[in-house]
Amino acid sequence: MNELLNKLLFLPEQASTFAERVDSLHYFVVTVTMLSSFVTGTAAIYFFFRYRRRADHQTTEYVIPSVKTEFVFVSLPLVFFLAWFVIGFRDFVYVQTPPKDSMDVYVMGKQWMWKFSYPEGPNGVNVLHVPANRPVRLLITSRDVLHSFFVPAFRIKMDAVPGRYTQTWFEATKPGTYQILCTEYCGLSHSKMLGEVVVLSPEEWDAWVKEQRKGGLQNRQDALADLALEPETARMSAQGQKVAAEVGCFKCHTVNGEPHIGPTFQGMYGRMETMQDGTSLRVDEAYITQSMMDPGAHLVTGFPNVMPTFQGKLTGPQTAAIVEYIKTLRTPDIRTGATQGPVYEPIQ
Amino acid sequence: MSPSSSTEAVPGAVPAPDEHHEHHPSYLVDGTTVKSWLLTLDHKRIGVMYLIWVLLFFLIGGTYALVVRLELLTPGPTIIDAMTYNRAFTMHGVVMIFLFMIPAIPGAFGNFMLPLMLGAKDVAFPRLNLLSLYLLLIGAMIAIWGMINGGMDTGWTFYTPYSTHTTTTVAPILFGAFIIGFSSIATGLNFIVTTHTMRAPGITWFKMPLFVWAMYATACIQVLATPVLGLVLLLVVGEQLFHFGIFDPARGGDPVLFQHLFWFYSHPAVYIMVLPSFGVMSEIVAAFSRKNIFGYRAVAFSSLGIAFVGFFAWGHHMFVSGQSTFNAGVFAVLTMLVGVFTAIKVFNWVGTVYKGAVDFKTPFAYFCGFLYFTVFGGMTGVAFATASLDVPWHDTYFVVAHFHFIMVGATIMAFMAAIHYWFPKMFGRMYHEGWGLVSAALIILGFNATFIPQFLLGNAGMPRRYYEYPERFQTLNVASTAGASLLALGFIISAIYLVYALVYGEKAASNPWHSKGYEWLTESPPPTHNFVGPQPIYTEEPHFYVDPEKAEEPYEV
Ligand code: HEM
Ligand SMILES: [Cu+2]
Repeated sequence: MNELLNKLLFLPEQASTFAERVDSLHYFVVTVTMLSSFVTGTAAIYFFFRYRRRADHQTTEYVIPSVKTEFVFVSLPLVFFLAWFVIGFRDFVYVQTPPKDSMDVYVMGKQWMWKFSYPEGPNGVNVLHVPANRPVRLLITSRDVLHSFFVPAFRIKMDAVPGRYTQTWFEATKPGTYQILCTEYCGLSHSKMLGEVVVLSPEEWDAWVKEQRKGGLQNRQDALADLALEPETARMSAQGQKVAAEVGCFKCHTVNGEPHIGPTFQGMYGRMETMQDGTSLRVDEAYITQSMMDPGAHLVTGFPNVMPTFQGKLTGPQTAAIVEYIKTLRTPDIRTGATQGPVYEPIQ
Repeated sequence: MSPSSSTEAVPGAVPAPDEHHEHHPSYLVDGTTVKSWLLTLDHKRIGVMYLIWVLLFFLIGGTYALVVRLELLTPGPTIIDAMTYNRAFTMHGVVMIFLFMIPAIPGAFGNFMLPLMLGAKDVAFPRLNLLSLYLLLIGAMIAIWGMINGGMDTGWTFYTPYSTHTTTTVAPILFGAFIIGFSSIATGLNFIVTTHTMRAPGITWFKMPLFVWAMYATACIQVLATPVLGLVLLLVVGEQLFHFGIFDPARGGDPVLFQHLFWFYSHPAVYIMVLPSFGVMSEIVAAFSRKNIFGYRAVAFSSLGIAFVGFFAWGHHMFVSGQSTFNAGVFAVLTMLVGVFTAIKVFNWVGTVYKGAVDFKTPFAYFCGFLYFTVFGGMTGVAFATASLDVPWHDTYFVVAHFHFIMVGATIMAFMAAIHYWFPKMFGRMYHEGWGLVSAALIILGFNATFIPQFLLGNAGMPRRYYEYPERFQTLNVASTAGASLLALGFIISAIYLVYALVYGEKAASNPWHSKGYEWLTESPPPTHNFVGPQPIYTEEPHFYVDPEKAEEPYEV
């Protein structure tokens, strides 16, 4: 029955404890809605035929409802609506009240990505790892505008409001990967603000946490080790790539030649670009720097003016490192993994 | 209005034209210069001008709708880029809500019919009435200027802080909406005063046609709620231009405060849109089943009830905004009450058909569509108010489908029904019945085909205001777009035969439906001063189709 209704109503699979509760009420409500529409509709249709007009100047009887009828009219819907309310409110309290022993994850919405951080453990962008069968409390906020964190398979949703924390929780029941969507309109790339929850079995979870802790540390050491071995410019550009990833350049700029929200970095250095005011300009160090500090000053045709300024957010050496990094992207075969999935950073 | 002149009138019948008839041309031909229309103080001409403008706005909003729907045909970019899409759905919402749904029925049919139904010569403040039309147009022009010069990409809900941070032209459009608010308030005030002071002798409160009750309840909401919207829109403009910091957390403000203020207007505004359609439908179901309204008082009071509790339900838009669980519970229960009041109306409309004499004409076809949209849309509304169900549905396509069913479905059905029902009254000609039924069928079918897939999309989890979507949502989106084309076709057909009827339509009899609505007690189209000769006397209830002999013994069920 559950399966059938789930299919008929196009509901996603039920992957949390709350999903099952919500769905049973959903079925009840849909059934009552359908039945009452059907009964009202049938009564109306029957009346239309039964009481067709037979003569042009036909008169009718003076029919009025008795008090009893009006009482039924009021109490019948009221009883059903209150029943829904009672069940619905009980479930609402359930989803609003995280259990005491739940694990915390901080969630931050930001145009247009989700950032997750664990009190002790890794940070993640757009991918949230959680263990199955363990309550997880999400503490949600936003860096800029309103967003809303929605996992259809868990049936949970909570707005991300700048300036305050909201919370919700879930207990995933099946290992697997589930989509995260943003349901509060948040600007240009609202519909691209996707992420996923990866639910791991307890063993996988333990292994993952261990890996992240170790990995986090090791990545840091590896990075230092690599830097020490490489020649000067390479070090700067590697640093630049890291900074660019941290401040979020790759949300809008790719390095594989495909324009995204902004122009691709690949082959950008040295290219002639046509600006929106018709002039053209060769991309050089000065232009790249200006684009970071005052993005609206010269806009490349075909792209919206949505880039935030990094004035004050990047230090001089960091800016220089990014410029160096972009300079290394002149040849088409340089690829980095930066846009191909989440970036993990160890918690500072 | 002196009692002496009414002695010769036939109760409840059209007064016989007196010998001065030739000197009382219909309002349509009494002065044919452009100026005589543009500066008219006649409520009927103002109503007709409203009708023309709201139809134009409907066309603009509908065009945006089709662009939005076409874009959603494929998962990725289809015809426009993301920025254009965001502007298109915003303008669709703004135009349809502020320029079509809110003014449509009160502006066009309220203005035309209310004084006729009250046996009055005009509304209480004819100059204010004309001003309200021009305020609407000024507001519309400012908003449309903003749309052409940049447009806005916030969605019609203008949620902060996005609306105060976006670089698109928010200010003129919000300012336009602010001015339109004054138009709405002026119309409301006018109707309230008219209803209180200008009822003809014999029309007591409980003998007012139900359309008047509905307009009265609507007017109360317009007057009480609109100022809140006006102020909050000004605050947003101020915040955008001068960085007030009322809603911006970076400056210590609260973005959720905006939502409270916004929905404090916009939730009752839903009833500004839907109550007039309830009123229209009460008239039509009575006229076409030739029956007194079953439970007249219940229908009248439920309008007031909806208007009242409508003010205390706004929090159901914010169940997942971080408001307290307790608040959510309170708003959930209060919202259910709106559902109960609506249910009373539905039952009484069906009861009206019972033992009636049904004539299945185009307006009645729209009544059937309306009944269905109201039941289904209303029930999904109550489902939404069930707090836990709102969690997965909020801000998905389920919302879009729900409000289109209830607000748009009901309003469109009533608007189309009203055009057909009152066409002979307003223009003295008949439309083509066959085409009327064909286009009604297309519109109702198209509407279902457009929005039922959207309910399912919402269930599946597709968020609203999505330019691109995961592939798995495509089938339902294609179905919805196909439905929208059917709907558009229905409207195009209506537009054609109605315009044709305006010019070539058969001349209508004075009361072609044999309706007992009070507005039919004068000629069609009415003369400038509404009544020629003796004033009709109102001894019967409105919609009284009872055989005089049987009138004494009401039949109770
Ligand atoms: C041809 C018929 C229509 C179609 C195909 C249509 C389509 C749509 C679609 C697809 C959306 C969702 C936009 C989004 O969430 O991204 C929408 C939103 C909306 N529509 Fe319609 N619509 C139609 C008629 C109407 C009418 C007649 C009205 C009002 C009288 C109306 C009022 C609204 C409102 C208020 C919204 C919400 C806008 C927003 O979320 O910003 N629509 N419509
Ligand atoms: Cu978002």
